[in-house]
Amino acid sequence: MKRFWAWGALIFGLLYFLLPLIGMTNFSLKMRRGVYSFDAYAVVLSDPRFQETFTYSVVMALFTIAFGVLLVVPTAYWIRLKLPGLRPYVEFVTLLPLVIPAIVIVFGYIRLYNTSSWLPLTGSVTGTNILLMFGYATLALPYMYRSVDTGLRAIDIATLTEAAQSLGAGWTTILAKIILPNVLVAVLSGAFLTFAIVIGEFTMAALLNRPAFGPYMQLLGANRAYEPAALAVIAFGITWGCLGLIQLVSRLQKGAQSPA
Amino acid sequence: MSSDSSPAKQPDNALRLPLHWLGAVPFAVFVILFLILPTFRIVLGAFQTSDGGFTLENIQGLFTPTILSAYWVSIKISVASALLGCLVGFAVAAAVVLGGLPRGIRGPLLTFSGVASNFAGVPLAFAFLATLGPAGLITLFLQTQFGINLRMLGFNLLSFWGLTITYLFFQIPLMILIITPAIDALKREWREAAQILGATNAQYWRLVAFPILLPSFLGAFALLFANSFGAVATAMALTGSSLNIAPILLFAQIRGDVLGNPHLGYALAFGMIVVTGIANAVYIWLRARSERWLK
Repeated sequence: MKRFWAWGALIFGLLYFLLPLIGMTNFSLKMRRGVYSFDAYAVVLSDPRFQETFTYSVVMALFTIAFGVLLVVPTAYWIRLKLPGLRPYVEFVTLLPLVIPAIVIVFGYIRLYNTSSWLPLTGSVTGTNILLMFGYATLALPYMYRSVDTGLRAIDIATLTEAAQSLGAGWTTILAKIILPNVLVAVLSGAFLTFAIVIGEFTMAALLNRPAFGPYMQLLGANRAYEPAALAVIAFGITWGCLGLIQLVSRLQKGAQSPA
Repeated sequence: MSSDSSPAKQPDNALRLPLHWLGAVPFAVFVILFLILPTFRIVLGAFQTSDGGFTLENIQGLFTPTILSAYWVSIKISVASALLGCLVGFAVAAAVVLGGLPRGIRGPLLTFSGVASNFAGVPLAFAFLATLGPAGLITLFLQTQFGINLRMLGFNLLSFWGLTITYLFFQIPLMILIITPAIDALKREWREAAQILGATNAQYWRLVAFPILLPSFLGAFALLFANSFGAVATAMALTGSSLNIAPILLFAQIRGDVLGNPHLGYALAFGMIVVTGIANAVYIWLRARSERWLK
């Protein structure tokens, strides 16, 4: 009886998730009347707007990841090593982006950093891009911080640091050559998740008027029938790829550690 | 082991102590500039007139039928999708952890949940349009195979239930991810102890497992609530701006001042912070209460 209900719950869950995926895949193949074809994909992939916005979002994602790693790894390390009393507060702050809606944060940006403010980031294209990157970094902060902090917990940073210091290493060397390689899997997990978040993000990019992939998808969705389904399949593939890579790197690490 | 070196280090340490704070400065600056200050600016703006004086007029301006109903629909959708997400997510997680299903299901399910909980936004709306929309897979299937016309039955994807069903696609997996470790932590001994003392299965769940799981459950609910309350992209892509919910109204207000009063936008955003803030305050309070049990 228990097993019956268990199977029931699982099958319900699976249907709930598989049907929309089947639905979108099926729909994306039906552009040519009567037969399945990849026409919708061909149209989307050859659209110069797709290429532009997709490239833009990929570049933004890479910058966000670089910035996030530079910000989070030294901070999480330092907090654990020297300021453990601050940990609960930092943890609380890093969880705030899950509570404050992104639309509110970006609204604040627009009002705080407009052309007549003390830091007119929205006044230039570069400035707006930087602001958007900071916004993405904020959105990714809960995931990045948590991932890196968990990674740091697994290694003995105090001993590693003392050992490195007694061999004459400075802080930059310690971070880049000792700490980073040791939490690389955690950093990569955070990075792939950041990538998945940034690629599909809509609200911030739309309100800051940047030509990102999210607003492009929304625009296409309002005007076309089959292409959006193809885009959804592509987007799902990217998310799946990112999460798959996280699994892969953590498995590779486990594999590398087990013989030792 | 460092006892002999510590006296020598002491003056050095005392000298360095204030510098320790410097390590946290970049992070603090970033968080203050791009998280705290922007939010604070919104809160402040909600209580300001256009020339900077203090006023409650913006807040009062929220109490118009359009805005109130936008909040109300948003809250209803968030509660419904968070509640259903919690229940279904819990059922699936419990089925996999406790239901005697093959062990091999667990890993793939958690991986898949990780993907699905991040598959939100615009593409998710497309997926559901292609499935339950007017020409969607299920809609057409029901119509041609069983002669059931969803539209005639009053179902519309661009509605309260449509949006709730769509949000559940990322809510349920998120719940699975949050609650699985908590269910894992239920010890077999507790169930055995309860059984030896004569408890039925229902009594075990009501008196032992439920109180233990309650904090995680409440935390998940608060997170799921905030998750759907702030979701703009899915709703925008699904309904355009036809559905009157708080985040869409705010989006339109930031874009083009549809309410005809710039400061009403601040108040609208402030209201959203208040709602998610209350949800989390309730969670923290309930959690503190329920954790007393665990000590």
